[in-house]
Amino acid sequence: MTMLQGNTGDWEMVIGLEVHAQVISEAKLFSGAATAFGAEPNTQVSLVDAAMPGMLPVINRVAVEQAVRTGLGLKAEINLVSVFDRKNYFYPDLPQGYQISQFPKPIVGQGTLILDLAGGETREVGITRIHLEQDAGKSLHDQHPSNTFIDLNRSGVTLMEIVSEPDMRTPEEAGAYLRKLRSILRYLGTCDGNMEQGSLRCDANVSVRRAGDELGTRCEIKNVNSIRFVQQAIDYEARRQIELIEEGGTVDQETRLFDSGNGTTRSMRSKEEAHDYRYFPDPDLLPLEISQGFVEEIRASLPELPDAKKERFVSDYGLGTEDAGLLTAERATADFYEEVAKGRDSKLACNWVTGELFGVLNKSGLGIGDSPVSAAALGGLIDLIADGTLSGRLAKDVFEAMAETGKEASVVVEEKGLKQVSDSGAIEAEVDQVLQAYADKVAEYKGGKDKLFGFFVGQVMKATGGKANPGVVNEVLKKKLGG
Amino acid sequence: MPLDKATVARIATLARIRVPEEELESLAAEMDKIIGWVEQLDEVTTDDVPPMASVVDVELPWRDDEVTDGDCRDKVLANAPEKVEGFFAVSKVLE
Amino acid sequence: MSELNCLTMAQARDGLAKGDFTSVELTQAHIAALEASRELNAFVTETPEQALEAAKASDARRVSSNSGGGEAGSMEGLPIAIKDLFCTEGVLTTASSHILDGFTPQYESTVTANLWRAGAGMLGKTNLDEFAMGSATVTSYYGPTVNPWRRSGDDKKLVPGGSSGGSAAAVAARAALGATGTDTGGSIRQPASFCGIVGIKPTYGRCSRWGIVAFASSLDQAGPMTRTVRDGAIMLGAMAGHDARDSTSADREVPDFEAALEKGVKGLKVGIPEEYQMKGMSPELLALWDQGKAWLTAAGAEMVPVSLPHTKYALPTYYIVAPAEASSNLARYDGVRYGLREEGETLQEMYENTRGEGFGAEVTRRVLIGTYVLSAGYYDAYYLKAQKLRTLISRDFREAFDKVDVLLTPTAPSPAFAIGEKMDDPIAMYLNDVFTVPASLAGLPAASIPAGLSGDGLPLGLQLITHPFDEETMFRAARAVEDAAAFNAEPTLMAGDGS
Repeated sequence: MTMLQGNTGDWEMVIGLEVHAQVISEAKLFSGAATAFGAEPNTQVSLVDAAMPGMLPVINRVAVEQAVRTGLGLKAEINLVSVFDRKNYFYPDLPQGYQISQFPKPIVGQGTLILDLAGGETREVGITRIHLEQDAGKSLHDQHPSNTFIDLNRSGVTLMEIVSEPDMRTPEEAGAYLRKLRSILRYLGTCDGNMEQGSLRCDANVSVRRAGDELGTRCEIKNVNSIRFVQQAIDYEARRQIELIEEGGTVDQETRLFDSGNGTTRSMRSKEEAHDYRYFPDPDLLPLEISQGFVEEIRASLPELPDAKKERFVSDYGLGTEDAGLLTAERATADFYEEVAKGRDSKLACNWVTGELFGVLNKSGLGIGDSPVSAAALGGLIDLIADGTLSGRLAKDVFEAMAETGKEASVVVEEKGLKQVSDSGAIEAEVDQVLQAYADKVAEYKGGKDKLFGFFVGQVMKATGGKANPGVVNEVLKKKLGG
Repeated sequence: MPLDKATVARIATLARIRVPEEELESLAAEMDKIIGWVEQLDEVTTDDVPPMASVVDVELPWRDDEVTDGDCRDKVLANAPEKVEGFFAVSKVLE
Repeated sequence: MSELNCLTMAQARDGLAKGDFTSVELTQAHIAALEASRELNAFVTETPEQALEAAKASDARRVSSNSGGGEAGSMEGLPIAIKDLFCTEGVLTTASSHILDGFTPQYESTVTANLWRAGAGMLGKTNLDEFAMGSATVTSYYGPTVNPWRRSGDDKKLVPGGSSGGSAAAVAARAALGATGTDTGGSIRQPASFCGIVGIKPTYGRCSRWGIVAFASSLDQAGPMTRTVRDGAIMLGAMAGHDARDSTSADREVPDFEAALEKGVKGLKVGIPEEYQMKGMSPELLALWDQGKAWLTAAGAEMVPVSLPHTKYALPTYYIVAPAEASSNLARYDGVRYGLREEGETLQEMYENTRGEGFGAEVTRRVLIGTYVLSAGYYDAYYLKAQKLRTLISRDFREAFDKVDVLLTPTAPSPAFAIGEKMDDPIAMYLNDVFTVPASLAGLPAASIPAGLSGDGLPLGLQLITHPFDEETMFRAARAVEDAAAFNAEPTLMAGDGS
């Protein structure tokens, strides 16, 4: 367990996360307005979303399906009866004066998520619940000196609030939780996981305690919009709390805002404005009832999820857990790998995907979907290594050219004349020349300096422009030097 | 606990309704009387009674996930007390 | 021929069909009647041009349908009034509240749209208690509506009941053939009783709530207010129907209510709930109730005593549930998107100024009560308790309906009272709804039928309550009571009768 060192001893962080994930759907939770990102202000707003008098909510089937799908993906209980409540508070971007949410009876109950930690280690984190709720609109405070502008395009968009148990102990674990959750949501197709556009938002509950103590008072850090910031915010907040307690103060239970500019958190609401949300079941909606058959149908349609896929990659392809974890984090990467590995050396395929390919993608900032080298093309390259056409070294040059031009491996080999030379006659000639040029070294070698063998190999490869088949070079050299 | 002036003031703030100071006292008295009157429900034992979840025997209907609405900004903004460039506008909110 | 505005809806319908007069003539008669009865303050907004336009269109449709061009609607050419709680496209909609100042909906409520599709035309929007909160139409921002009836030998202005008091007064004064009302705890039935007309609250879910300004969502239900039971059947048939935009709307066929009218009550079991016989009830009301039993017995029905043990808790239950829902439903009136805005230094002040200025005393009181009963620490004691009582009240009815087909009770504990009475005691005002609230809490269909006059000449109604979605039985019994009562007394102020 990782501890934070204070002036008076060791402290443990206790972290729970509340993630708001925007559900992938065409229309909103309770209205038929569109959900697409980036539209002109108030153009994706129905009279329901604007809370005109007499407007009523009707639930979107897909929102229900997506919540159930997410619950199943997190191995959670699905509640066949759940209830929509009104959470009452006033804010200009909350047109109804209440948010339709789920409080005591959420659609999804307890589940689990497995963290993939450094060195292939894993750890289980409990999921407390998932509920469906409406997003609010957007208040823009910086468009006008004396006005706040309100855009209701997001008002009523479906969110899933995914609440974890306070099971995490380090900012890194919080980061791993978010990465894994995002990975699962993307596999399931229930949320695109885009934190920049706000389709995945995170509130972190942080408290500290001395080892073995009861839970401390927690603070909630609101709406942190990247995984890195979440880790920063937690780290700062834990240290703030430790310092406060060590100086004899107490932590107030409060909501805090993260300032990404200076990496600190600050208090958001004063205590006298403590909220009283007056939750009660929304009388415009009846209890949400789903059948076991509906759940089973969704269960049957679930894709293989990252944990299962990772396990399979380890057992079927003989990969290490860390590599398997890397390859299965994104479904597209896993699919890409499987296409490359099909009928080929699976470990070699893994090395190429996690090594050269990831290198190129990272450098260019591209996703696997936009890879300049397709899975088939990478497979073709590996085939050329397997049949001896290319040495490992040549293959790297070929790959670079493929990444630049998008051409097939065989085409690059042809164009650049990079084909490996395996003809022993030709290689013998080169070897003879090298041995002649370095007669002194030959003498030293024969005098017992075995290490020089590598030097001769290198010189032959150099002389052939790297094209000589290293196996053949070795053989010929051994014969000539030994003879 | 009687419903006092301070409670009414707090509730009024929660409900965002300005109640003039001089009216708080009489409003508290009225509300206290009403609350006292509804408390007769305490005579009934309801431990095993489920709260009513819906008045009608109807299943919650589900909509298909289709864009059938929105794209009507003029209608949405038609009655706005203040609108600017397609937005609703209010006095600046300070957080 | 009598004045066109004094016809019943059915008579007007038949007259139009026969070509005795046109919809334009019929509508003009009603516009004149409406203008002549302005002292009642029954309307917040009059829409004569719109009414005439609808009438012209209807007359044109009738000409084309007579020559084989499609059927006339069930309310073809009939001018009616609409409670100003229904959103009407392009026509000011106020809920009789200052806070909806200038609000012109860009949409038409489902119920009114259904009525226009059936061929009806709109004479105007009628006055109500602010946001339908009241039993006397005295809490309207636009001033009280006056009951067209007077006590014999007394010219004191009386309330029409509420909250649908404008609709009741307009129909009683012959300024409209019928009107829409909404009923949350008695807001159709009690004013119908006070004004001597028929008021019908159908089963919760029978009429769509889409586009009706919400008061208490789990209780609000639209219904017709007419001068006869048949008119009520005609109008309810046009208003009702499933609406996919209202999640609480029932997906059921709308029966032919008019066809049910003449089926009689022979063999029907009529329940008489003993708990409705309350202490201090006036002898004339008891006598009227007995009269009702006698009429139905004479028509072949059987009277069966039943018990609804939780009746006395209905009113306090209602006064927790309805304000709680209202406190949330009325949160949207915040000065941001429509209606009144009273500026302030901060946003918080703008909200408080707008809502403080925009809501009247009764609405404020109920929103505060509702906020209180939902607030932290009180939810279980009040709101949850009330919802449990609601289960018990509903159960009482279900058990009674195992034994009987319909219940007969008085509609209201008194006839109309004077404007200004009961104003300083909210609970005394709430007691007006003591007989109507239980059926509302259980979502049951119920009707008030004018059955007689009080000693000082004011109308009194009897209430009939049936199973969910069994309005047909309600209509049968209502028709039998109407027939036997032969109520033909007329209000003091009746437009177009030359008085």
